[in-house]
Amino acid sequence: RCGAGFGRFRCLVRGGAGQDVGRSCILVSIAGKNVMLDCGMHMGFNDDRRFPDFSYITQNGRLTDFLDCVIISHFHLDHCGALPYFSEMVGYDGPIYMTHPTQAICPILLEDYRKIAVDKKGEANFFTSQMIKDCMKKVVAVHLHQTVQVDDELEIKAYYAGHVLGAAMFQIKVGSESVVYTGDYNMTPDRHLGAAWIDKCRPNLLITESTYATTIRDSKRCRERDFLKKVHETVERGGKVLIPVFALGRAQELCILLETFWERMNLKVPIYFSTGLTEKANHYYKLFIPWTNQKIRKTFVQRNMFEFKHIKAFDRAFADNPGPMVVFATPGMLHAGQSLQIFRKWAGNEKNMVIMPGYCVQGTVGHKILSGQRKLEMEGRQVLEVKMQVEYMSFSAHADAKGIMQLVGQAEPESVLLVHGEAKKMEFLKQKIEQELRVSCYMPANGETVTLPTSPSIPVGISLGLLKREMAQGLLPEAKKPRLLHGTLIMKDSNFRLVSSEQALKELGLAEHQLRFTCRVHLHDTRKEQEMALRVYSHLKSVLKDHCVQHLPDGSVTVESILIQAAAPSEDPGTKVLLVSWTYQDEELGSFLTSLLKKGLPQAPS
Amino acid sequence: MKLTYCLSGHPTLPCNVLKFKSTTIMLDCGLDMTSTLNFLPLPLVQSPRLSNLPGWSLKDGNAFLDKTELIDLSTVDVILISNYHCMMALPYITEHTGFTGTVYATEPTVQIGRLLPSPLKDAVEVSTWRRCYTMQEVNSALSKIQLVGYSQKIELFGAVQVTPLSSGYALGSSNWIIQSHYEKVSYVSGSSLLTTHPQPMDQASLKNSDVLVLTGLTQIPTANPDGMVGEFCSNLALTVRNGGNVLVPCYPSGVIYDLLECLYQYIDSAGLSSVPLYFISPVANSSLEFSQIFAEWLCHNKQSKVYLPEPPFPHAELIQTNKLKHYPSIHGDFSNDFRQPCVVFTGHPSLRFGDVVHFMELWGKSSLNTIIFTEPDFSYLEALAPYQPLAMKCIYCPIDTRLNFIQVSKLLKEVQPLHVVCPEQYTQPPPAQSHRMDLMIDCQPPAMSYRRAEVLALPFKRRYEKIEIMPELADSLVPMEIKPGISLATVSAVLHTKDNKHLLQPPPRPAQPTSGKKRKRVSDDVPDCKVLKPLLSGSIPVEQFVQTLEKHGFSDIKVEDTAKGHIVLLQEAETLIQIEEDSTHIICDNDEMLRVRLRDLVLKFLQKF
Repeated sequence: RCGAGFGRFRCLVRGGAGQDVGRSCILVSIAGKNVMLDCGMHMGFNDDRRFPDFSYITQNGRLTDFLDCVIISHFHLDHCGALPYFSEMVGYDGPIYMTHPTQAICPILLEDYRKIAVDKKGEANFFTSQMIKDCMKKVVAVHLHQTVQVDDELEIKAYYAGHVLGAAMFQIKVGSESVVYTGDYNMTPDRHLGAAWIDKCRPNLLITESTYATTIRDSKRCRERDFLKKVHETVERGGKVLIPVFALGRAQELCILLETFWERMNLKVPIYFSTGLTEKANHYYKLFIPWTNQKIRKTFVQRNMFEFKHIKAFDRAFADNPGPMVVFATPGMLHAGQSLQIFRKWAGNEKNMVIMPGYCVQGTVGHKILSGQRKLEMEGRQVLEVKMQVEYMSFSAHADAKGIMQLVGQAEPESVLLVHGEAKKMEFLKQKIEQELRVSCYMPANGETVTLPTSPSIPVGISLGLLKREMAQGLLPEAKKPRLLHGTLIMKDSNFRLVSSEQALKELGLAEHQLRFTCRVHLHDTRKEQEMALRVYSHLKSVLKDHCVQHLPDGSVTVESILIQAAAPSEDPGTKVLLVSWTYQDEELGSFLTSLLKKGLPQAPS
Repeated sequence: MKLTYCLSGHPTLPCNVLKFKSTTIMLDCGLDMTSTLNFLPLPLVQSPRLSNLPGWSLKDGNAFLDKTELIDLSTVDVILISNYHCMMALPYITEHTGFTGTVYATEPTVQIGRLLPSPLKDAVEVSTWRRCYTMQEVNSALSKIQLVGYSQKIELFGAVQVTPLSSGYALGSSNWIIQSHYEKVSYVSGSSLLTTHPQPMDQASLKNSDVLVLTGLTQIPTANPDGMVGEFCSNLALTVRNGGNVLVPCYPSGVIYDLLECLYQYIDSAGLSSVPLYFISPVANSSLEFSQIFAEWLCHNKQSKVYLPEPPFPHAELIQTNKLKHYPSIHGDFSNDFRQPCVVFTGHPSLRFGDVVHFMELWGKSSLNTIIFTEPDFSYLEALAPYQPLAMKCIYCPIDTRLNFIQVSKLLKEVQPLHVVCPEQYTQPPPAQSHRMDLMIDCQPPAMSYRRAEVLALPFKRRYEKIEIMPELADSLVPMEIKPGISLATVSAVLHTKDNKHLLQPPPRPAQPTSGKKRKRVSDDVPDCKVLKPLLSGSIPVEQFVQTLEKHGFSDIKVEDTAKGHIVLLQEAETLIQIEEDSTHIICDNDEMLRVRLRDLVLKFLQKF
């Protein structure tokens, strides 16, 4: 009914991530704004399924026209790997927001990934180096907690997410409606990063990853001890340890861990880190120290934790060296590159060990060996028999069920949407969230749309005079009863102001129209007018204890602004006529008084 | 009511208190250190000559503090810091005044601020300088600071929002926006439009201010920083070529980064690459390291270096190639490495304490050597006075990148605040150059000025406040177009106020009358006159009104003209209705049914407000 700007908005979430840990790409429509969250690729596929299907977003028209912005949460390829394809090959020219470290590291990982795909595997129809550069030109870097005004109505804000260097959660806000997207996050600080944190921002919807939806992980210390023990035992018996990692993230944490252990135990077994990205990666950590954890930030002047003494650069030829060694090699899921090459060399020897420190996507070699497969079919119908020990250690910095619940508790959303997890586990977490936190929870499948109705309140400007008058009244003791504020809402274009009625009339140049009533009340009474007025006065005074009742010198009686006068004497001396007069604004009291007087005056106390 | 209390007389080291919507906000807490010059220099070894100089006192350190009875500092809710030079009085306020609020500053401001020397902190061991702060107090003060980023919106008590903006002057330096939904105060303190190492100044966000408080302009309005840097380099080269040493008294952070960058480019072309550069300060290493990790706070050029990844400042390379060496003090390694001729950067720029005192004594007697003043905070003549007579050359190249008056007028034209408020020093030419009418703020309307220990009422009145209308209430409103483009709706609602946020809810449904067992007393029925009826507006066309009356069953209607309008007589009902332009008066018998019927017919012609 209210034409001018009032209405309901819908918050629409489209899952490209859905119930699968593969690639993240979510479309959110909030109050008429369309935002794409992450633009990931699937590591398990080598064909079209690798990239999200952007035709979901809009069938007709350009993406640039439809999307108000794109937000990238962190530099992992399952969150940004499809970005050059999306912006340069499908075509998007609007702003892409990410943090500074993500902006620095993202293009390097993309280029690395491109090289493996195109140069090594010879894939066609892939983005080029130039496309990565052009894509990065569209990026706008954001600071933590900075409110970025995308346009007049849409604003976004980044929060620290832990997980990897530069990872962020984002709040997307239009007016009083908001969505928080967590990306990947970690609720416990680790050896190099701090814990995710968000304030009580009470979004309408919290979209959270749920990779470890069911896991309640044991203490980090235990896992670290376990890891060190396994590595140590293996090298003691002369075996080789392969740790497939991504160049940035877990790698640095495990390096810090091994470096301190080697130093303490005075070990001489060589540790290598596959070259290329890694040295560069450590430089990034050194330059983005404010993004690491408290301890590293405090001590970096004395000792930079990312300068390693025991860890040397790896050379291909070293893989065939005899004797024990530990090698960190990329990529982390054993799906290509150096880690896979080394794995193939070492897999046949039962003395060796491969430690998978993170999650592996379906379809990768990593996933296959973790699910117990020991005979792998490689390219060219070769079969690789895996005799080496396979260990899995959850070092990847995702929040576990406890952490997810903790974050939901911090942000206090109206509802939660789970993405980036496996359906069964998500179902468990969904129930937990709904039962323990009493927050409604959704878990859309890939390509599914969730629509949430929201009912935002409407902000208007209230004149300070009116507000102060009301608030002063609210302080009075009789204010227990709910009091009504009365005013006039002036709507001009999109400018809404609530002012007192008097001010509204004045502003519009209108005069007040006074509506007055005067009622004749007939009383049977033989006494004189003056005496009667006095009796009316004392009667009203006794009934209306909370009101101002006055007897004026001219013989009239007032109750607040209501005037009661005796009319000119009529022909009948036994009947007196009272004139009761009031304005429309005092109608209730006026009409009450007439009916009260009509009942007659009580007999005078004798 | 909004007032500023000015607690500091030094325009570049401000300390103001702003009262804004029942929030008390302190803007900076700078400490005027020019009185350091009244002290005697603190040499390494007691020097009989220096300690017997007449005219210089060994004053009580407490004299620095701006104690004032203007305002009870325990009532201050928050302190906003604009740059690392403007926080030296912080321990005094947070530790000695009962202050329980929060301090807001950016991360570089805090990290570099804690490195900066202050006579109060660094001279604690010396018996002649009374100790003001203990290290504990300094750390406790710093722990009360909440770190913020540029463009971060910080809510204060739900009433006020404050936002730091890049000011372009130093690493992490900020201007502040203090605003509610309808009022905006910009606090501009220590800003620069020059391109040096920090992120450029954010001017756009200062637009639409009701009041712009302007402090921290350049202290040397006549000197052009670029020219000064050129002079610095050429004088340095000249001295070194002649076999002399160059002494640069400076702070351990700030302009030194730019000077090192200039030298990085200059020394090779000038054939000086073999001349050692020494940076001596207890915090030299920290300062150089910290400068490299705040990529996000640097100008675009430096930021993109980090993406390579390379250190943003070239002094990393100077250190790597051994051209620049840094030492915590002149003791230890420095004495072994020391080679002359050389260039030494060290503090304190007042020449009253720190290792610079030693170099003054060491090099002052030779005319081959040169001292080059680059910091603008102290008068170089006064700084040198206790060392006179001196043989060493003295060059004054003050580099102050803060706004000059030409840039101010450009800025004000750009952002167009309704009112400008500034220290009184800026509203008149400097005393030494009283003819230079260009060395003052020129704006329309003229800037309002304040002076130390004065309270200034800010020239604007709040008229509106934000309130939220609940969606259920909004749906029930019936707007009515009064004029083209302007609609009105009367609102009757319940006001809820919590944490300074106001909300309008739909009025409660009338309570069901309780089946009264108790005998009702007359006074129970007295209506609550607090229920407000709307105001009415409009006028009643008599002819149409009479037609309506007839339609509703009234007969025997007579209309009489009067001087101001009409009288409608309903003879049967013994009722008289006076209708005038702006009023209607219904006079009838005490027949409530009749009165209500007539009322509703009248209201049909009127609009409610």
